[in-house]
Amino acid sequence: MQFWIIQTLNSIAFGGLLFLLSSGFSLAFGLMRIPNLAHGGFFMLGAYLGATIVYAGGNFWVAVVGAGAAVGVIGILFERLILRRLAGNVQGQVLVTLGVSFIIADLCLLIWTGDPWTLPAPAELRPPLRLLGFAFPTFRLVVLGIALVVAVALYVLMDRTRLGAMIRAGVDDMEMARGVGIPVSLLFTVVFSLGALLAGLGGTLGAPMLNAYPGLDADMLPLALIVVILGGAGSLLGAFVGSFVVGFLYNFGIALFPDLAYFILFLPMVLVLVFRPQGLFGRVAS
Amino acid sequence: MTRGLVALLIVAAALLAVPLIVTNEFYLNLASQILIYALLALSLNLLVGYGGLVSLGHASFVGLTSYTAVLLLNAGFGQLATAILAVAFSTLCGALFGVLALRASGIGFLMITLALGQIVWGIAYRANNLTGGDNGIRYAARPHPFGIDISGAPSFYYFTLAVFAVAFFFIWRLVRSPFGAALQGARDQPRRMRMLGHDVWLIQWFAFVLAAFWGSIAGLLYVYYNLFISPHAISLQQSAEALLMAILGGASALTGPIVGAVIITLVKNVVSTYIDRWNSLLGAIFVIVIMFMPFGIVPGLRQLWTRWRRPAKSPERAA
Repeated sequence: MQFWIIQTLNSIAFGGLLFLLSSGFSLAFGLMRIPNLAHGGFFMLGAYLGATIVYAGGNFWVAVVGAGAAVGVIGILFERLILRRLAGNVQGQVLVTLGVSFIIADLCLLIWTGDPWTLPAPAELRPPLRLLGFAFPTFRLVVLGIALVVAVALYVLMDRTRLGAMIRAGVDDMEMARGVGIPVSLLFTVVFSLGALLAGLGGTLGAPMLNAYPGLDADMLPLALIVVILGGAGSLLGAFVGSFVVGFLYNFGIALFPDLAYFILFLPMVLVLVFRPQGLFGRVAS
Repeated sequence: MTRGLVALLIVAAALLAVPLIVTNEFYLNLASQILIYALLALSLNLLVGYGGLVSLGHASFVGLTSYTAVLLLNAGFGQLATAILAVAFSTLCGALFGVLALRASGIGFLMITLALGQIVWGIAYRANNLTGGDNGIRYAARPHPFGIDISGAPSFYYFTLAVFAVAFFFIWRLVRSPFGAALQGARDQPRRMRMLGHDVWLIQWFAFVLAAFWGSIAGLLYVYYNLFISPHAISLQQSAEALLMAILGGASALTGPIVGAVIITLVKNVVSTYIDRWNSLLGAIFVIVIMFMPFGIVPGLRQLWTRWRRPAKSPERAA
């Protein structure tokens, strides 16, 4: 019983982490029409940067914000200096993000070496939370809480603000959005760097659960891809539902059939592609 | 036509003479490696160049073939049965992957092939009992095709060259066949092709299966060459390298992927002997090629060639 409850909770917490990873990925994909294949690299960079800040004596929450901000700035530079020059060449943009992902992975290996960096959860969150006779890992609950806060904040941003309305307009019909005077190219930078920021933030928050190690990027990128394939590009709700579906499958897959964890991810992807290729909450491309 | 034939004969003679000139085993093995990667890039180019379908999961066919071959050989199958079944299984997986990936087009296709490739990688990496996990798994010995021993570097080179020549001939015939024309039509004008009564989906799916088949053959050569397979051989880097070979040479030319394979394999081997930063360089080449040489090296040089020829021709016409 304890096993199932703890695994369920871990799955939900992991789903929250995946939401931090894939919400920005999905929004940027929906708006800019490209999957940022360096997104896993951004997550890994966040994990390493956060660990470095903590090891240098910084507070964990300072590290989370610092890593998020740093990766966000990298996102701005990447979008402005490289992606912008390839505007209109969608395939070229995707391949450039892939090239940059290799450079990030290799630089991380150069700077932080091949040994994994463990980042302990902040001291105040280490004692488990006792509730109804069960011990819950406090830190994971906090990560879930942060993911939910971010989800609500993104929902408000997208659904209740002028900026969100402009982004949604860009996702639905970019030509028309440009036509009515929405600065779509500025939105590209905003959304892309927001996605990078969330990935960096998620990297540090995820480090106490996953550690920072070479290959973390390659482990996380397919999860983000599958979330978006399941949920549909550009859909916040899709990213939310997809994250928890993938979180459950991956976590229980690892716990129950460690050899086949990846194969289990394959099944929902097949079902969605066969029956609803645009994703569960994706809009049909016009 | 005759000039093309002469060029082909010269290239063929040069390729046949390689083991006579290059006696150093390291460089001869490098030549075999180049041929294997050239075949992989050539098969991928059926999709990328002729089909306009950018796949980022092509190395998975190397892995599917190699792992299946290792497992079958260990289970006691003969070399020939192992080779046939491994390629058949991998191609069958390709047929399934094609059905899934072609549910989407453009970037969606790229994403699904990437996810599928990563899933194959993840299974190879995690399924320790079956695949040996990160440590990889050994293939017992090279086969003796028609009783010929190919364990030495020169004989293996000739074996690889023979397979490559057959593959090149088939792919060359294919892209010049009505099917090749239909595939390019499906890339450039899918709507018109549908109006003309072609089944665009079926054409692209068939191209995917063929690419998977030749990719699997390259995978078989890979496991014969290395006598070893590990998840590293099917990582995203490997798929990306194959893609880079295809687009570096110029995705539309038949010779492009071969030039790309030569350049990338040489650079990779030369650089790896001096520094440990191949992945950074791979990424940098990607960024530079895409930003500054969007049509690849072969079409770029061809453009230069015609530009150089044209001024020479115009005075003749005037006279």
